[in-house]
Amino acid sequence: MSTNVDTIRDLAQQEYKWGFVTDIEEERIPKGLNEDVIRLISAKKHEPEFMLDWRLKAYRHWASLEKAEAEPKWANVKYPPINYQGITYYSAPKQKAKIESLDQLDPEILRTYEKLGIPLQEQKMLAGVAVDAVFDSVSVATTFKGKLAEKGIIFCSFSEAVKNHPELVQKYLGSVVPHTDNFFAALNAAVFSDGSFVYVPKGVRCPLELSTYFRINAAETGQFERTLIIADEGAYVSYLEGCTAPIRDENQLHAAVVELIALDNAQIKYSTVQNWYPGDKQGKGGIYNFVTKRGGCRGVNSKISWTQVETGSAITWKYPSCILQGDNSVGEFYSVALTNNYQQADTGTKMIHLGKNTKSTIVSKGISAGHGQNTYRGQVKILKGASGARNYTQCDSLLIGDKCGAHTFPYIDVRNASARMEHEASTSKIGEDQLFYLRQRGLKAEDAVSMIVNGFCKRVFRELPMEFAVEAQKLLSVSLEGSVG
Amino acid sequence: MSLLEIKNLHVKVDDHEILKGINLTINPGEVHSIMGPNGSGKSTLAQVLARREAYDVTEGQIIYNGKDLLEMKAEDAACEGVFLAFQYPVEIPGIGNAYFLRSALNAVRKYHGQEEMDAMDFLPLFREKMKLLEMDEKLLNRSVNEGFSGGEKKRNEILQMAVLEPKLAVLDETDSGLDIDALRIVANGVNKLRSPERAMIVVTHYQRLLNYIVPDFVHVLVNGRIVRSGGPELALELEEKGYAEVEGEPREKALA
Repeated sequence: MSTNVDTIRDLAQQEYKWGFVTDIEEERIPKGLNEDVIRLISAKKHEPEFMLDWRLKAYRHWASLEKAEAEPKWANVKYPPINYQGITYYSAPKQKAKIESLDQLDPEILRTYEKLGIPLQEQKMLAGVAVDAVFDSVSVATTFKGKLAEKGIIFCSFSEAVKNHPELVQKYLGSVVPHTDNFFAALNAAVFSDGSFVYVPKGVRCPLELSTYFRINAAETGQFERTLIIADEGAYVSYLEGCTAPIRDENQLHAAVVELIALDNAQIKYSTVQNWYPGDKQGKGGIYNFVTKRGGCRGVNSKISWTQVETGSAITWKYPSCILQGDNSVGEFYSVALTNNYQQADTGTKMIHLGKNTKSTIVSKGISAGHGQNTYRGQVKILKGASGARNYTQCDSLLIGDKCGAHTFPYIDVRNASARMEHEASTSKIGEDQLFYLRQRGLKAEDAVSMIVNGFCKRVFRELPMEFAVEAQKLLSVSLEGSVG
Repeated sequence: MSLLEIKNLHVKVDDHEILKGINLTINPGEVHSIMGPNGSGKSTLAQVLARREAYDVTEGQIIYNGKDLLEMKAEDAACEGVFLAFQYPVEIPGIGNAYFLRSALNAVRKYHGQEEMDAMDFLPLFREKMKLLEMDEKLLNRSVNEGFSGGEKKRNEILQMAVLEPKLAVLDETDSGLDIDALRIVANGVNKLRSPERAMIVVTHYQRLLNYIVPDFVHVLVNGRIVRSGGPELALELEEKGYAEVEGEPREKALA
């Protein structure tokens, strides 16, 4: 987080300025899920009729799935059964408990902040330290919002979008990830609390990297987030999600949905750094991150590019995908997934080729350390009409130590003879000879490991926006701590 | 004061004794060559000096620069100025050669409480040293040793040595796999790095390298023991007679 003081100041202010907490007092409803709860959520959020209907439809579908015990079990992860009636599905977003100074914070977290190079002011903000109101009123955020408004770009919370741009929401919501898509997507559709909404109008190139960091403030992030990004014809937008600072959350289950829509000649670049609490060294606690992310390349020559760096969560279940519908459209997936201690990740992508001359690229780098289990699962599907489709897949695994595991499940389904497919895969272990070589040149063992890992991930880091890439490298080093003796 | 003093060094690998009582003293500025047949323990000695952990030192002592070398980890020995030019340099995919070397240099500088060097200051130094080894600039940002020819790898080792400026450089079969031109370039680079403060141990099978890097002393290592020591002329004698004949003869003299 190498943002400057202005940004931090601004972030500190947002809490008061555009916080989620404007009109709702701290309220919780009883645990469990039923139609009344859905109605209550929708009412609390003052949603229009169509939203309630949509939620109810999703809920009924989910309830039928739950009854049929249709929670997906095919992923290569293990966890005890989740009691869905034991979860509170609505609580007004609340601010983090304020503490007086960083001294009151868990020293472990402080140490991590320092290793990540997060500036002191920003550390305070992340930790929820009450920030003195000495900052002046000129804020980067205002400038930021102004710049976007000038171009006609909409960037707001999902709730705001429902209020202010219902026609866009109604048109696109669920059009890429319908509520019937899967168990967790249905659950999300029924109960999602908030998230981000972006619309970039025709021919507009978004001049800034849009970051959730600018919008979500010190309040707890939602357990069920929903994000919708639309790039109209010829538009371009780059969106950054998450941040490298470790995020703790009392909610164990996270089921987010992200939908991207790219129309003719539009481009969306979506970058994620995920660092939810992974659980302790013995594998206790940690977030279950069950996410559905999908992009529709609807228009000709459209392009959607996913880049993810996944280092957090106890369990990750996530397949950012592209439906390549428009002719000549392009889908990309670049991923680094790291599992240390007892973390489990089952992640990959789906590239569905429908249009002619569609192209997809998949580069997946899995790193397993400790007792971590890392699975790449990917599907490339070339449908009948997709003449001249091409796919390139590269899937590499790196093992550190002898108690971890790497698994690869590529599914390839080609129904058009003109398709060209390439698949490369490798599994390697950090060798004692590599480590010794680096140490013989003066590098400490841990630095040597992180250098080797960073080299391994380079192809993916190249796709991240510059600043994010630097953070991601540091994050990997921190996440690998203790993986060598 | 001597820079390196090896006393009665015994080393085992997997319960097999490889070094059986090595004694060797090296002063700053000296170049010692260690010659011997395959399996005599030359590389083991080199690796032990660089503090590779797989070796079990069962007896003896190594005093380096007044300190107990056997107490040091590999990275500490490196920071204290022990450099090993590898017989088989390792590839590090995705890490640029210049970046790697700057990180190494900064690790050493940090160890000595010096300020780290940024890329702007480092690059001229790096370029200058590359010239010394007649290396192509394209190797600057290529991944460490990845796709390098055998000769390029060996030159890269000496390049690292030139940048890191060690007190004690151990060259493990640096001549192996080099054609005569590459050998000349590498040897030339090494010779330019000879200085009154720096000592070198040149481990080799063949006398050929010693035509280019002329040592002050030659030691013959056979079956884990130094069986003979002498001046550069000993290398020539070996070349002529082979190891078998030299082996039986008594050790000439202990070196001061």
